[in-house]
Amino acid sequence: MTSALLIEQTLNGFQLGVMLFLMAAGLTLVFGVMDLINLAHGSFYMVGAFLAATFAGWFDHFLLGVLLAVPAAALVGLVVERVALHTLYRRDHLDQVLATFGLILFFNELVRLIWGPVPIPFDPPEALSGTVEVWPGVPYPAFRLAIIGVGLAVAMGLWLLITRTRLGMRVRAGASNREMVTALGVNVPVLFTLVFALGAALAALAGAMRGPILAVEVGMGEEILILTFVVIVIGGIGSIRGALIGSLVVGLVDTLGRAALPAVFSIAFEPSLASSLGASAAAMSIYFLMALVLAFRPRGLFPAHG
Amino acid sequence: MVSGAGGPAPSRRRLVALVLLAVGLGLPVYAELTDAPFLVTLGTRIVVLALAAVSLDLILGYGGLVSFGHAAFVGIGAYAVGTGFHLDFMGQTALGWGGSVAVVVIWPLGILAAALAALLIGAICLRTRGIGFIMITLAFAQMLFFLAVSLRWQGDESMALWGRSELPAWTGLDLNESVTFYYVALACLVGFTWLCLRLVDAPFGRILQAGRQNDRRLRALGVPVYRHRLAAFVVAGAGGGLSGVLLANASEFVGPAYLAWDRSGELIVMVVLGGMGSLIGPIIGAGALVLLEEYLAEVTEHWQIILGPILILVVLFARGGILGLIESVPRGWRARLRRWRPRRTGDV
Repeated sequence: MTSALLIEQTLNGFQLGVMLFLMAAGLTLVFGVMDLINLAHGSFYMVGAFLAATFAGWFDHFLLGVLLAVPAAALVGLVVERVALHTLYRRDHLDQVLATFGLILFFNELVRLIWGPVPIPFDPPEALSGTVEVWPGVPYPAFRLAIIGVGLAVAMGLWLLITRTRLGMRVRAGASNREMVTALGVNVPVLFTLVFALGAALAALAGAMRGPILAVEVGMGEEILILTFVVIVIGGIGSIRGALIGSLVVGLVDTLGRAALPAVFSIAFEPSLASSLGASAAAMSIYFLMALVLAFRPRGLFPAHG
Repeated sequence: MVSGAGGPAPSRRRLVALVLLAVGLGLPVYAELTDAPFLVTLGTRIVVLALAAVSLDLILGYGGLVSFGHAAFVGIGAYAVGTGFHLDFMGQTALGWGGSVAVVVIWPLGILAAALAALLIGAICLRTRGIGFIMITLAFAQMLFFLAVSLRWQGDESMALWGRSELPAWTGLDLNESVTFYYVALACLVGFTWLCLRLVDAPFGRILQAGRQNDRRLRALGVPVYRHRLAAFVVAGAGGGLSGVLLANASEFVGPAYLAWDRSGELIVMVVLGGMGSLIGPIIGAGALVLLEEYLAEVTEHWQIILGPILILVVLFARGGILGLIESVPRGWRARLRRWRPRRTGDV
């Protein structure tokens, strides 16, 4: 692998990592604060991508599309939390898994009903369609750099929100001791709704940003959801810091594995076998990583509780 | 919270089981009389999926372990059958033994492979509890799914089988006969369910259930809970493998779709819909879900938009599932009956 390819793939991995962080941050907060496992988190990612593509198409303006889609998806999250999920907080995890599985079926079919079964077009903005020379002789798509920039900015903003504001203080307090926060008189239902809507907004932002480089189609949410689960298990459930480290590790391992493993296998095997072996090894690499982490740290790298 | 596991009215549950058995045995006869052969195909599908659901109930309902990756074991069983056919096509045999499409060779191998995978996966997953366990079982199933996606049979990622596994000649039976295959599948379901029913009443099953209720107390008593859970996980994996072996034969098709994550979700739905922690409930659940899907698919192409909310409502309002409803609704009638008939001693 040449150094140009290495730089490019590292940036790609970084880009997947920051987007995974947007997903994982919302999911791990919802789990940490409310003790809720939300399988439908990927649905907000999908809804965000579809709404952004639609709005961007209407106004012929990418940024406006994204800016409209994120609050709209937050609103969807708010409604879902108030209508279906708020009754599930005191239920066991099995109930939550089943009810949110039902939500996935509902959302997937709803999106299929509104937008149809084929992927819808979603183009990156004109201004970012070119490439930027990130290293002498290494061009990189400007839009992907923008994704990394947005991801880092949002991660920074989230860190400020969690560590420097009253809301963030309550979220942290909720994640470390739910009963005590309730006893101290924090309006917990409002806190829960806010955290849930924030998580939905972050997922929608990830979906809207990645939409132009992927296919905007039904089922895109589940793909990233399962990767996000791996991130959270590696990072430690309920931990924002764990989500950040886990996201970057998973993003880099997955992307670099896909780029490098077929080449590694081609040393020992014939080309066609090497490419298929390499592809399957790359697809499984993050799960191996997860198993490895669990074997030594069953509660993840940065366990949030105790 | 969980019905069953020493729950109400085991005598009525026995009645439900007998009714189910009678329906299962009588279905091909009814199909023959009403000239509706598709009923046998539908029944086979239900029986095969019910087997997977029963095996999941062993760890989910009794062990309290929410495994979101059970379809992986079904997939392994199915892929064993597929591999057998593939080897047969290439003119080779499984492990050098004859007859890679023979029931007596490839079916046990499929079950064994699934059990072995369950041993490895379970050994890692069972180190975590609760929400972590859900995510990790899902992730491992996903790993095997990607492995399946990358496999190629004659250049294709899925394979249509040419017929079904072969029973030994002395039996005189041909699995390509749909009624014969149905009864073989039914026998597998009844046998496995019976085995599980015996297991959960044995000391082994008692420990499994006690671990669900109070893990710490059990460990303080010096019981190796982890080993019991792992054993249950392996038995459940083997059951899933058997279901997969049957599934590949029933649909004469093997592909990665069998391991997809929503298959695992559907199995959990069957268990809870029918009534978890009863082993009989999941059979009802499998039947209900398959029939519901058939019916809703006739009403509208977008049937999942109805199924999703139904699932949420079942979770919110009908905890015991269908079996719980059956066991609770005619209670007034039973009470009236009991008033003029002296209660048998020992009928708790």
